[in-house]
Amino acid sequence: MFEILRRQEMANGTVVMNEISAPKIAAKAKPGQFVILKANETGERIPLTMANTDPKRGTITIIYQVVGKSTSLFKSLKVGETFQDVIGPLGQPTHLEKLGKVACVGGGTGVAVLHPITKGLKEVGNHVYAIIGSRTKDLLIMEDEMKAASHDLKVCTDDGSYGHHGFVTDVLKELLEKEDIKLVVGIGPVPMMKFLCKLTKEYGVKTLVSLNAIMVDGTGMCGCCRVTIGGETKFACVDGPEFDGHSVDFEELAQRLESYKEEEKRALENYMNECNAG
Amino acid sequence: MAEKSKDKVPRQKMPEQKPEVRRRNFEEVPLGFSEEMAVLEASRCIQCKKPTCVEGCPVSVDIPGFIRLIKEGEFTKSIRHIWEKNSLPAVCGRVCPQEIQCEGNCILGKKGQPVAIGSLERFVADRERNHGTGELPPRAAPTGKRVAVVGSGPSGLTVAGDLILKGHDVTIFEAFHKPGGVLVYGIPEFRLPKEIVYSEVNFLERQGVKLECNVVVGRTVSADELFEEGYDAVYIGVGAGLPSFLKIPGENLIGVYSANEYLTRANLMKAYLFPEYDTPIAIGKDVAVFGAGNVAMDAARTAMRLGADRVRIVYRRSRDEMPARSEEIHHAEEEGIEFHLLTAPTRFLGDDSGRVVGMECLEMELGEPDASGRRRPVAKEGSKFKMDCDLAVIAVGAGANPLMTRNTEGLELNKWGYIVADPETGKTTKPAVWAGGDIVTGQATVILAMGAGRMASDSIHQYLTWGW
Repeated sequence: MFEILRRQEMANGTVVMNEISAPKIAAKAKPGQFVILKANETGERIPLTMANTDPKRGTITIIYQVVGKSTSLFKSLKVGETFQDVIGPLGQPTHLEKLGKVACVGGGTGVAVLHPITKGLKEVGNHVYAIIGSRTKDLLIMEDEMKAASHDLKVCTDDGSYGHHGFVTDVLKELLEKEDIKLVVGIGPVPMMKFLCKLTKEYGVKTLVSLNAIMVDGTGMCGCCRVTIGGETKFACVDGPEFDGHSVDFEELAQRLESYKEEEKRALENYMNECNAG
Repeated sequence: MAEKSKDKVPRQKMPEQKPEVRRRNFEEVPLGFSEEMAVLEASRCIQCKKPTCVEGCPVSVDIPGFIRLIKEGEFTKSIRHIWEKNSLPAVCGRVCPQEIQCEGNCILGKKGQPVAIGSLERFVADRERNHGTGELPPRAAPTGKRVAVVGSGPSGLTVAGDLILKGHDVTIFEAFHKPGGVLVYGIPEFRLPKEIVYSEVNFLERQGVKLECNVVVGRTVSADELFEEGYDAVYIGVGAGLPSFLKIPGENLIGVYSANEYLTRANLMKAYLFPEYDTPIAIGKDVAVFGAGNVAMDAARTAMRLGADRVRIVYRRSRDEMPARSEEIHHAEEEGIEFHLLTAPTRFLGDDSGRVVGMECLEMELGEPDASGRRRPVAKEGSKFKMDCDLAVIAVGAGANPLMTRNTEGLELNKWGYIVADPETGKTTKPAVWAGGDIVTGQATVILAMGAGRMASDSIHQYLTWGW
């Protein structure tokens, strides 16, 4: 059993942080890797990239947006309660090397996934520019943490309620004009990653993205998470989750993420009714 | 005279759910023998002095021995006799291909019908589970040696069951959240109720086997770390577990599944009970399943139970080449599964939202035999045609999953990524590491994996006892 030791709500309760006791995973996990969580007996297996790990405390931290039944169920778990199953660490770790100047760009809950990678890139000696954004000020997460993990942090909101008024890609474009950026890491919603990759391709800057494909086992056994990279089918769970952003077929990824749209809606409605009735 | 009277008893046919009923439910298809039927069927065995049935059994169960005990009404003694050779009889009685093993060798089969060995094995195992005394088989004194078994499928469970009886300390590591491997994620409830698998696993736990789920060896812990933790031997039985695709355009459309994904959702995750269980599965109305092995039959019959109007098996060779057990093909046909033979898909077609709506196919004919000895399917010229489908399941086999093997140093693999192991002992090129089952042989049957486990456990026991 995997006990929740710490819990925090962010972005008006639409995003939740859980620090979970999982000593074996914490001892092994590296930036960029993910875990699969299942809340209870009837639960679904949900992959989430770890936002932090603490081998000394024996904990891992996940930060997730509450979007459907499974994440609503996760949100309902209190400190002292447990996830029935946590499996990991899974996926390839981020390849961290000293390149010079690098940019880490995060949108929405993607910032949580970006954080350990940003920290890692700084630790190996890069000069790290970080750019994070959200729709509006209240939905912005981990500003302080990202400030500490980078050398220079810029914040954007789509509605201009905080920081730069506009998209993270606007700020990135300015940066690419001014500085000799060797690598961009972009993590966020699919449309954001798609536009970011289009931009960095124009500038010829290598770009890594982390793909949140739907998974079942997370160990390369089912092939549910297949993504097309440079015309070839790869499994996000074992070949990724990070890939060269310029080779990703984002259209296909966006479509495949909608595979169970109807079922997800139905499951959430049922759950909300049960919660209200209960 | 006695011989003659035996001839008169026909092979007892196990009652089954009627096809028109069972095609829409997930309950088990055959309902099991009654005591009377079992005793009657057992009386048909002529107790050969040199039983050829035993030669056909990969784990050498003393078949005439356990059947004689059934005939005498000694059901508990009978199951205990089976356990000496086979720790998973309730599973084997259901999923072994008896027709090419024990029953295929039965002397009665030469002139008439062989003894229903599988059904009898199932009967005593079920009887023990439901009405048995719960008494455990005798266990040797503790040896103080620790064995790690990686994977809780049929071969891993066999190794664990054998070595615990010999007094070793055994821990099974399973990557999934539930034990059983292919027995729970692959084989559907209507062929092998999961409760039976868990009961068999529980039987091992009661004997002292430790089970750790959610541990991905190669990720959560490495084989070398297991030795550092004090294990004296490691057995790798992780299965094949890498889905094969057709590698044709459109394969990543929504609604195109690997059989592994489709069956894992339905079986392990219980998506057939959605939304009571949270994992969804696409409900196809017009389903195409590619391949004609047992897994393809399982997928087709699952699709029918989930509410399809039409399910077609699409296979590029002819009926004679279909690799599935004849019983599975028969069950599928009874349930209304159609067979679209000598047909090969060349591309999947999708709609604007990326969902599969059909496929382009070619008609095939059989040419000269290929390397496998089967006649090679060749496309007929100008035979391209379209077929509709709103769900496609690809069941054309599995390869070696590299997750553990590539994270284990010193393990020699063959060119397909399977582990190289001594065929007599299961020893790998890495000291104190054994392997068996699909990760050595490629995709095979439950009982062959168990046979490999048996062989390896004998070798592991020797090593732990004598040091070699």
